[in-house]
Amino acid sequence: MSGEGRDVTAEAARGYLRIERLSKSYAGRRAVDALSLDVPRGEILALLGPSGSGKTTTLRLLAGFEPPDAGRVLVEGEDVTALAPAARRFGMVFQHYALFPHLDVGENVAFGLAVKGAAAARRVADVLAMVDLAGFERRRVSELSGGQQQRVALARSLAPEPRVLLLDEPLSNLDPALRERTRRELRDAIRRVGITTVFVTHEQEEAFDLGDRVAVIDAGRLEQVGTPDELYDRPASAFVATFVGRANDLPGRLLGGPEGSRAIVRPEAMRFAGVENGGLEGVVTARRFVGGHAYFTVRGAGGEDFEVFAPHRAVGVGERVRVAVERVLYWVEGGAG
Amino acid sequence: MSPGRWAGRGNAAALLLVAALVWLAVYPLLFVGSEALRADIADFAAQRSEWSALWASLWISAASVALAAAVGVPLAFVFERYDFPGRRLLGSLVALPAVMPPLVGVIAFLFLYGESGFVARTVRAVLGGEASPWRLQGPAAILLVHGYSMYVYFYLFTRAGLAKLDASMLEAAASLGAGGWASVRRVTLPLLKPALVGAALLTFMTALASFSAPYVFGGGFRVMTTQIVATKLNGDLPMAMLETSALTVVALAGFALIRRTEGSRLVVSVGKGTPPALRVIADPVARRLAALAGWLLAVVLLLPHATLILVSLVPAGTWTTEAIPPRLSLTNYGALFSEAERLRPLLNSLWMAVVATLAALALAVAAGHLVVRRRVALRPAIEALLMLPWAVPGTVLAIALATLFSARSPWTLRWVLVGTLAILPVAYLIRSLPLTGRALLAGYRQLDPALEEAAQTLGAGRWKRMRRVTLPLLKPALAAGGALAFVTALGDFVTSILLYTYETRPISIEILSSLRLGDVGVAAACGGGRVLVSAVALGVGARAGR
Repeated sequence: MSGEGRDVTAEAARGYLRIERLSKSYAGRRAVDALSLDVPRGEILALLGPSGSGKTTTLRLLAGFEPPDAGRVLVEGEDVTALAPAARRFGMVFQHYALFPHLDVGENVAFGLAVKGAAAARRVADVLAMVDLAGFERRRVSELSGGQQQRVALARSLAPEPRVLLLDEPLSNLDPALRERTRRELRDAIRRVGITTVFVTHEQEEAFDLGDRVAVIDAGRLEQVGTPDELYDRPASAFVATFVGRANDLPGRLLGGPEGSRAIVRPEAMRFAGVENGGLEGVVTARRFVGGHAYFTVRGAGGEDFEVFAPHRAVGVGERVRVAVERVLYWVEGGAG
Repeated sequence: MSPGRWAGRGNAAALLLVAALVWLAVYPLLFVGSEALRADIADFAAQRSEWSALWASLWISAASVALAAAVGVPLAFVFERYDFPGRRLLGSLVALPAVMPPLVGVIAFLFLYGESGFVARTVRAVLGGEASPWRLQGPAAILLVHGYSMYVYFYLFTRAGLAKLDASMLEAAASLGAGGWASVRRVTLPLLKPALVGAALLTFMTALASFSAPYVFGGGFRVMTTQIVATKLNGDLPMAMLETSALTVVALAGFALIRRTEGSRLVVSVGKGTPPALRVIADPVARRLAALAGWLLAVVLLLPHATLILVSLVPAGTWTTEAIPPRLSLTNYGALFSEAERLRPLLNSLWMAVVATLAALALAVAAGHLVVRRRVALRPAIEALLMLPWAVPGTVLAIALATLFSARSPWTLRWVLVGTLAILPVAYLIRSLPLTGRALLAGYRQLDPALEEAAQTLGAGRWKRMRRVTLPLLKPALAAGGALAFVTALGDFVTSILLYTYETRPISIEILSSLRLGDVGVAAACGGGRVLVSAVALGVGARAGR
């Protein structure tokens, strides 16, 4: 998926946007901790992490709203760390859009343009057409729906032709029914422009659907960056293994691992086996139906709970079962577990 | 610490602002305090007149609170709970005394209820007799004026408190068996306590600083503010400073009390809730009576304004013993605008008020930016300094400025401003700071910081952001704070009387001297003109605020 059909030049390989060991502390707490990332030209990168993980701080450091304690931000090889936000030529779409309420749609979109008059009007019309809002110039911001406001915010940030586009939780303000469609429109618009994009989200589905690559961040540190498939199939850390997708955290000795280790296993990598086949013993305590399949909660002999993904009629609640593990996703070695 | 010129520059600017505010609002007071130490404190303590003036200030203020509450709270309940014809219009008319500048209000009262005012004339015409049936003088007269102008605080605070009250709480009380009176006593009043305490302290402070009413109606009865002015005019400066310091201590104690109660104002309001529905008075007779009472009240409240206008239309010397003036014309207004010497005070007041308002707005914008946006370390100091002048009675400020700025000594930051064009605008500016400061801090707090950040990412530099985003969005706060500051400066009498020079005499001084010369009509025309300008300014402010 990544780089698919994309021309990998030397510059892109180095990273059109480079983040080098960026750090920021607030009152002694490390919000961003030596974070490094390379984003090739035209890539859409998702910053995914739980709330408080430092992803929004990272975005604000990129935009230049706050100075980092250490580290650098480079675009096309130019160090922009010391530049004020106004001089960076980064576009940004804010979580609540931050449209200027005293200006109409056209004036909002024209705000960042260097040109005036007819040239500005043409550019505004072009950008509005690009986000499917042609002819909305004289509308008041307060008259727009949430989705329309989001697209105006996108148009406004793209109008001055920024080098990098930053989006802060771009879909969190929309109601769930609207999100999927808006996400698709947003992706199409960004793709048409071909702009290098970094966006922040705490929703996996959003990160996987919108991002070419996803950077998983926890406690200010970069845990792993890769395509959604890479993150799911080959997690680089226990955090990524448990944070991305569903996973069981089992004592390692049950699966033949050393004492004190832990094994992280996907529910779909487990199956109910015949009694004679060995594996984990347990009792089915609950079933969560999700269509043709279901998640079965099994209480193991040692009191540990785990989930098995299987056809929905595979076993019944209360049944004694044996569960075979097909693949351990990630081994956590040693320690007190 | 956090690297970057940003924090450093913000703190440097904050330090500069704090220094300016300390110089304007604190230094004069400290200077007076230190000068007062030279006076004979034993002499002050031994004077019966000093103690009686201090005592008079305190009890007049306390009585003003009681009177204002007795009028304002029941009115608020009636207007917030019952529906009757004309409720909306009356509800806003009731707040009208707030628009009357202090001296003008006092003079309107004089014309209306004074010995030769309308009411006295009418009574005499009806009952006959030569002598006036009463004299409008002494503590009773002062309290009448205070009650009339200050019940508005209780009225507005209580109405706001009642409007925020959640109907479900009263319903809960009713379901628990509390009857009408019990629920008022055990639910409504405790919930209103913050509003009532706020109004009481505001009234107390205003009454303590009140000067016009005691000055015009006091006669031999002295409160601290009039005592200070009398001592100053007698030339006993050290004693005046001592008196000033005594009043300052009382006022600052009240101010400290207010700041403490403000913290606890966040009471209850759990959940959003809706205020109780208005109770429509169903009985047609009661409805008529309520409406009638309401309109009567409005007439009483509007009478001083009406009187002012009427008196301003009476040509000099045409009205002697009749109950109603025989002749009305616009001669007084003509005199006001045709004679350059008469127009001058109005123009003086206008330019001084404009300059003071603009300066106070500029300082308030800087304060809002530093306190809310930059969150500088000194922000508690900036906030407290902005509010401080509000606690300082005008008399005190005037004496302090007159003392500090009467000598040239740049090393101690003193220059001669007394007797120059600058002194009154400076005084007005200091008195305006709490008004513009409060409005702009609130305005900045409502401003989403993301809007300015969005402008930044769109390439807007500091000035473009200020001009195209911040200031337009602050327009309501600028309009509200600016209008109040302008009206206050235009209406100022207390500081003006101690600081004016003949060239810069403001309109209130002209009103007073016209009155002394017996030019009652011209005085009223000046007052009327000023009420008009004030009302226009407040109206423009309210309109822009929307």
